[in-house]
Amino acid sequence: MLQLTKISKNFGGLQVLQDVSFSVPQGSIFGLIGPNGAGKTTVFNLITGLLRASGGGIEFNGQNLGNVPAHRITELGIARTFQNIRVFKEMTLLENVVVGMHDHLNYNVVSSVLNLPSYRRMEAKARERALELLSWLRLDHKSHMLADSLSYGEQRKLEFARALATEPKLLLLDEPVAGMNSTEKTELMAEIVNIKQRGFSIFMIEHDMRFVMELCDRIAVLNFGRIIAEGTPDQIKNNPEVIEAYLGKEEAA
Amino acid sequence: MLEQQLINALSLGSVYALFALGFTLVFGVLGVINLSHGAIFMLGSYAALLLVQQLALPLWLAMLAAMVVSGLIGLIVDYLVLKPLRARNAPHLSPMIATIGVAIMLTNLAQGLFGAENKRFPAGTIPEQSMTLGNVHITAVQIGIVAISFALMMVLLVVMRRTQLGRALRAIAESPKAAYLLGINVEGLFYLTSFAAAALGGAAGVLVGLSFNAISPFMGQPMLHKGIAVIILGGMGDIRGALIGGLFLGFAEVLTVAYVSSDFRDAVAFGLLFLILLVRPSGMFGKVLERKA
Amino acid sequence: MLEWWDGFWATYNTVVFSIGVNAMLALSIYLTLSCGLLSLANAAFMGIGAYTAAMITMNSGLPFPVALIAGGMLPALVAVVIGIPTLRLSGVYLAMATLGFGEVVRVIVLNLEITGGPMGINGIPQKTEWWHILLILLVTLYVLARLRRSKVGRAFEAIKADEVAARLMGVNVPRYKLLAFVLGAVIAGLAGGLNAHYTFTIGANNYAFENAVDILTMAVFGGTSNLVGPVIGGTVLTLLPELLRGLNQYRLAVNGLILILVILYLPKGMWDPRRIRAFWKRTKAGKIA
Repeated sequence: MLQLTKISKNFGGLQVLQDVSFSVPQGSIFGLIGPNGAGKTTVFNLITGLLRASGGGIEFNGQNLGNVPAHRITELGIARTFQNIRVFKEMTLLENVVVGMHDHLNYNVVSSVLNLPSYRRMEAKARERALELLSWLRLDHKSHMLADSLSYGEQRKLEFARALATEPKLLLLDEPVAGMNSTEKTELMAEIVNIKQRGFSIFMIEHDMRFVMELCDRIAVLNFGRIIAEGTPDQIKNNPEVIEAYLGKEEAA
Repeated sequence: MLEQQLINALSLGSVYALFALGFTLVFGVLGVINLSHGAIFMLGSYAALLLVQQLALPLWLAMLAAMVVSGLIGLIVDYLVLKPLRARNAPHLSPMIATIGVAIMLTNLAQGLFGAENKRFPAGTIPEQSMTLGNVHITAVQIGIVAISFALMMVLLVVMRRTQLGRALRAIAESPKAAYLLGINVEGLFYLTSFAAAALGGAAGVLVGLSFNAISPFMGQPMLHKGIAVIILGGMGDIRGALIGGLFLGFAEVLTVAYVSSDFRDAVAFGLLFLILLVRPSGMFGKVLERKA
Repeated sequence: MLEWWDGFWATYNTVVFSIGVNAMLALSIYLTLSCGLLSLANAAFMGIGAYTAAMITMNSGLPFPVALIAGGMLPALVAVVIGIPTLRLSGVYLAMATLGFGEVVRVIVLNLEITGGPMGINGIPQKTEWWHILLILLVTLYVLARLRRSKVGRAFEAIKADEVAARLMGVNVPRYKLLAFVLGAVIAGLAGGLNAHYTFTIGANNYAFENAVDILTMAVFGGTSNLVGPVIGGTVLTLLPELLRGLNQYRLAVNGLILILVILYLPKGMWDPRRIRAFWKRTKAGKIA
């Protein structure tokens, strides 16, 4: 579904990514792991059009993502959450999620000003759907509260719901469980499996090993901007290069 | 004829550069666009005038004292207005809007206190000497302006590049939080920067007041606009940029007045501003606008 | 009774008109602020609208409504032209660019023959009636209210809250910023046209930096959480100079002080629904306890 081929990215003199190739199969949960600073978020930024690759290509369902601007990425079916949570703090949960449906609300300005039935209908449907998505993540009872008033873990879930609102085919999750306690992590794990079963594909960056190993169907490992391994969780767990990357040479020996 | 214009341009540009320097310093270190800089420039001018008028201080002393007075005003503005906004992490636009309020207030108060008409320095204050090199006429005031402006700018550059203080300021410009964690007294240096920037602005005010022998409450506004154009031209937060941008603007203005029309002199600054924004928004030496917390 | 009213109206009709016009101006800047943009160009847009409308009524036979509409459209055009390049920049640059733009307009108008140069335009026919202002103000409020509740309003809020996240949710940020900017220019231009036709004379210095700051103060003071705030701000800050006649010399200083105090202590302005609700809750709790 998503194919990165020989992606490289440098910032000035700094080579952040080099010769990165892997593919995310449809309908799976794919994980990208690697030590801090390996370049994982850069990969996401390249996919979502916030950065341009210095070399190589990214294809999504056959379409080249090279020149697609950020605000059209959702049109193509990719949605993303952020490492440092970026919910719209002063909007309610419901409104946050409805923003995600922006592209799908096909009424024009005139019909909104004149309060035409088509506008009303689409707005009502949008709110219904938003409430439904919030209920998938067990946040619907708080739909009228301001996003600011949620706990950290709940804000992460809100971002998730908002990303789902864009009706994506592929969800990019940037450290979805960072900062959560183990109960919240287990809950989110179940919700992610749920989402996958509803037909979404998921590509996540994460540090929590247990989380990644238990959840992902396939994993790629990034170290110093290069892919050093790709495979099933078992293959990755036992890969000496991966162990070395995380624990250092001496331990591996 | 051209040489004469170049001399005029150098003098004008130096003052623009000096003014812009204070402005860009505050942006670089505090991360704030202090739109009251123009008003402080104006108050510096009045301070020098009053010191000469009422206390009959010699010009050089009046100028130094005026710098101190401006510096103090800048410090007070920082303490009363900018510091509370820093403390509660207010959005970017808040300090800007607040300093607009300060500028309007100070200008209006100056008008009320001193009257709206142009004031002149007492006769005999301004040195009358001049020299003529070929067909170029250079006044003592112009020499003084260029010399003093450059001297102050050199001092600033040396401090920034060669001293521990300068290093600390540059660290803060990169990231106040990181600087704080390194043990740098960030808040104290914010005060110092506000003081210094305002002092430089006040110095520019005195020099301009001398140069035209006209001091009015409204002299700050147009200067502020020019300052904005200069720092956008030169790159916000960059000292070299303020220097070169200021000189560039001085030349552009003088040449426009000489060879095009004097009516549109004030629009030159903005014409350049738009041009740069279209072509290279970060300015000649600008860096990224967003800085890490 | 009727005499009293006639007397009152004769003296204060311009004040009442000004309340309406200032409310519109405050709304125009509120619109841009609601998208996270600080535009100091609205006084210039007002000026463009005023001059356009005045020149049309005085130099052509066209009826007043046409003049007004033109007064709203020309600023829109200008807004598109300067908006497209400058809106891609961050808020701080935009504020300064709009400040500069205002100055350029002022200088140009001050020097052109057709705009009357420093003398401005005099003898503008008094065509504005109270119901013109009321009607246009109400239509403005209605349109803005509807926009707020639609995806446009949400897009503005999202952009204001977090541009990057908004982009990634499919919001075409540059287009919406331009929309806010242009709409603001239209409203300001209409206000200018209306204003010109009851003040009899206009000059370049009516639309200068101080006026842009006035408008900003009205919006910030009134509150930018919803549409009520700017209207309140416009009303109060129009009436204030009337009530403080003695301090007339220091009107601008008072404005400046208000701006500072509001930013420091009441960042959401006077009309802040959340603070008011919280206040009510506390008083009620106080009464019960």
